[in-house]
Amino acid sequence: MASNSNRWRTIDIVIASIVAVAFGVIFWAWNLLWNGPADAIPLPGRAVLYGMWLVPAVLGALIVRKPGAAFYTLTIASLVSVAIGTSWGWTLVVQGPLEALGAELIFAVFAYRVYNLPVAMLAGATAGVVASVYDAFVWYGGTSWATLRIPYILIASASALVVAGIGSVLLVRALAQTGVLDRFPAGRSRALV
Amino acid sequence: MTLTLQPVADPAAPLARRNPVAKLAAALLFTLPLVATLDPLTPTLALVIELTLLPLFGLRYATLARRAWPLVLAAIGLIVTMVLFAADRGGALLLDLGPFDITTDVLISALGLVLRLFAIALPGVIVFATTDPTDLADALVQNAKAPPRFAIGALAALRLLPLLGEEWQMLTLARRARGVDSGIRAFPATAFALLVGALRRGGRLAVAMDARGFDSSVPRTYARRQVFTGADALLMIGALALAAVVLTTTILTGLFRPIIG
Amino acid sequence: MSRVELRSFGWRHAGRRAWAVRDVDLTIEHSERVLLLGPSGAGKSTLLAALAGLLPDDSGEQAGQALIDGVDPRAARNRAASDAWPSGRGEPGPGVGIVFQDPQTQLVMARSGDDVAFGLENRGVPARDIWPRVSDALDRVGFPYPITRSTAALSGGEAQRLALAGVLALRPTLLLLDEPTANLDPAGAELVREAIVRSRDEATLIVVEHRVAEALPLVDRVVVLEPGGGIRADGAPEVVFAAYGDRLAADGVWVPGFAIPPLKAATPATGELIRAEEVTVGQRLRAPVTMAVGAGEVLAVTGPNGTGKSTLALVLGGLLAPGGGAVTAFGDPRPPHKWKAETLTQRIGSVFQNPEHQFVTARVADELAVGPRRLGRSAAAVQETVDQLLERLRLTKLAQANPYTLSGGEARRLSVATALATAPRLLVLDEPTFGQDRRTWIELVTLLATLRDDGHAVVAVTHDDDFVQTLADRTLPLGSPKLNDPLPRRRRQ
Repeated sequence: MASNSNRWRTIDIVIASIVAVAFGVIFWAWNLLWNGPADAIPLPGRAVLYGMWLVPAVLGALIVRKPGAAFYTLTIASLVSVAIGTSWGWTLVVQGPLEALGAELIFAVFAYRVYNLPVAMLAGATAGVVASVYDAFVWYGGTSWATLRIPYILIASASALVVAGIGSVLLVRALAQTGVLDRFPAGRSRALV
Repeated sequence: MTLTLQPVADPAAPLARRNPVAKLAAALLFTLPLVATLDPLTPTLALVIELTLLPLFGLRYATLARRAWPLVLAAIGLIVTMVLFAADRGGALLLDLGPFDITTDVLISALGLVLRLFAIALPGVIVFATTDPTDLADALVQNAKAPPRFAIGALAALRLLPLLGEEWQMLTLARRARGVDSGIRAFPATAFALLVGALRRGGRLAVAMDARGFDSSVPRTYARRQVFTGADALLMIGALALAAVVLTTTILTGLFRPIIG
Repeated sequence: MSRVELRSFGWRHAGRRAWAVRDVDLTIEHSERVLLLGPSGAGKSTLLAALAGLLPDDSGEQAGQALIDGVDPRAARNRAASDAWPSGRGEPGPGVGIVFQDPQTQLVMARSGDDVAFGLENRGVPARDIWPRVSDALDRVGFPYPITRSTAALSGGEAQRLALAGVLALRPTLLLLDEPTANLDPAGAELVREAIVRSRDEATLIVVEHRVAEALPLVDRVVVLEPGGGIRADGAPEVVFAAYGDRLAADGVWVPGFAIPPLKAATPATGELIRAEEVTVGQRLRAPVTMAVGAGEVLAVTGPNGTGKSTLALVLGGLLAPGGGAVTAFGDPRPPHKWKAETLTQRIGSVFQNPEHQFVTARVADELAVGPRRLGRSAAAVQETVDQLLERLRLTKLAQANPYTLSGGEARRLSVATALATAPRLLVLDEPTFGQDRRTWIELVTLLATLRDDGHAVVAVTHDDDFVQTLADRTLPLGSPKLNDPLPRRRRQ
């Protein structure tokens, strides 16, 4: 199996799935925040929180580093959050995979070989663009482009760049320090002990 | 916080026991066409259909309400957004708020979006309330050609979901014992600790799965069979047909408002 | 049944400088039953993982050879897996099965029967053969529930039985058990040992277990690994323990016959620190508990699983509000669960069963500084507390390490040290000695005895009889759930 580095090992599948399930739960909490206390910040400003919804795509790819990791992780995370119950409901079954493909595309462009900060930021931002453009049409149809939709797309994408892009890189570093990623390339950067 | 994904419906109900893939596909076939329009009539018709069919899925209305309550929060958010940012403020003026005038058009658009939210979300609630995750994974593999290692892997991770809920509680208590913050400011740190614990479990789980041959290249056999029958196909066709009826009605009444344009 | 041969075998995990196991020459014949011993860190688990074929090439470096019936374990595992099961032919090649410590990370499926079927599906066993083999395996381990029983509703001992059934269903010719009872309470451990005795006859058996007395009835040969490489001793149990028992005990192995002298309080308890009156917590602690603890005594809270011992510890620790009854402590008119966190940490220190739950920083030294810093102590005072505790709990060398990378014993010592950092007079510990080797155990018990003699009060929830015998001045047994539990445990399914 080692000969084919694109084949997912069991640990790749299980860890990506667990990241997805954990984020399914985090999404659930984030939804309550988005539609609860954060309602005090009106749109489009509230979109600064948006990036959290795209973290699994970048995080999954940075940990597993195999084709499909971004797509798989975010798709499962959105399925899990739909199953637990989210305010956006069912449409996440479509939106999740779409935005995941946005991130996947960037990792594919770099031939699944580059997993550094700039690529992570690009992947996060791309997923953010896809997700917020989808929202602009599906959820905010009939609102003003100038005062809502365009600022919304810009803010959400910037949030995705920061939270999903930079955030995932930092999270992977912190996780690597705990030793839980020792069986992944991302965890090998830890000094010999 | 308890998190479980056990089905809550009567499993013998005629539509609850349909193939999980068929239910999933039917829900998508029914809801996706509805996304195309912004008028209030389409979601109203869809909701009527959904609520009429509910008993056939073995679900009670109270159960549905319990599962669907987060939608109310999203609905409030949508109304606020429409009041603040509606592009079209035509129609009779109801409340004079300067740039945020509330007019009949604004309210109709807002109502349309809220109805739409419910119409689109409820089928998903129904599918997951009537489907056991194991059955869904089995059906995805056997009837929809999903890759078995991924379906089973996701299922194995899902089994840890209730444990994550308990773990979250323990972490929160442990933080208080250490004299550090709890509450919203502790969210990132608690989430990180949860993730570390979950990934460690995942590492062990993966080893245990390999020890039982999960990584072998033999084609898996299936202890549980999921069959896709004519009734399942009929459910999917029915869903699509109902969506077509709804959209046609809207178009004929002249209320159709496409999302693009 | 399988024959195992190790020739100068060694393994070094990727990312590690030291070899986990090295220079092992060992032959285990068909149907032998071997107890594999050694101090913590001698590489017992690594050796089992190697025999189970679970150390892929890219996860480390191998020296020498490991053979099962003449085949490399990784190849043996793949062969067992990849030979389909053509009807008419026998079972394919040698099969290796392994059971690990933690039942929660071995179960894959939501329903018990499905979980046993999981391995059979992976190996391509025809569907019609699966269910008979599932029920056969469940019978052999004495699993008491129907196959639809939710795996989330099983106790630790039941879950571990199920994990064993999942392995036995594959009909292994070599059965490896890696501390199969270390995570279980005594009743659960007994269930699993019974199941092993019932099912061991068809395979060569290798067990790793540091509680020797519990494993002895299962084996007829003992092999002791030398940390740093090679084998220290090999032979019949009585011979090995007569010659090496004292050294093994000093190294942390629980060898029978090496008792620890009791460390009881010399003087009776003085002032009362905490009192609970008729305390209950909903479904989790149903029978009302009344108790009090004074300065200078160790109280052990004992009783079977499900009686609410851990819940009581949370209530006494000021972490959970009692549902009924009242808790008063330190003469404060407010109950502990309403105290501010800063007040709480100066009075009551809680040590959780899982040390990782309590870690809040990325360095061991920072971990110890959190509490005192919160109380506004000066930097110099914080540093002094940290250094003292590092020294006292033998963590000085690990000061810069990430807490999550510590071994079980180290993590336990750190979690106790963090509770001590704010100098609380009452310590509440949940299973402090759980799964610890003899060496860490003695350190902990000695430390707690010293704290008690200095006037601290210690409440420990425990299943550990040795702990109670050695240290406890008083015991509070919580009732059997069968006596005060009119309702059967609710089932998910």
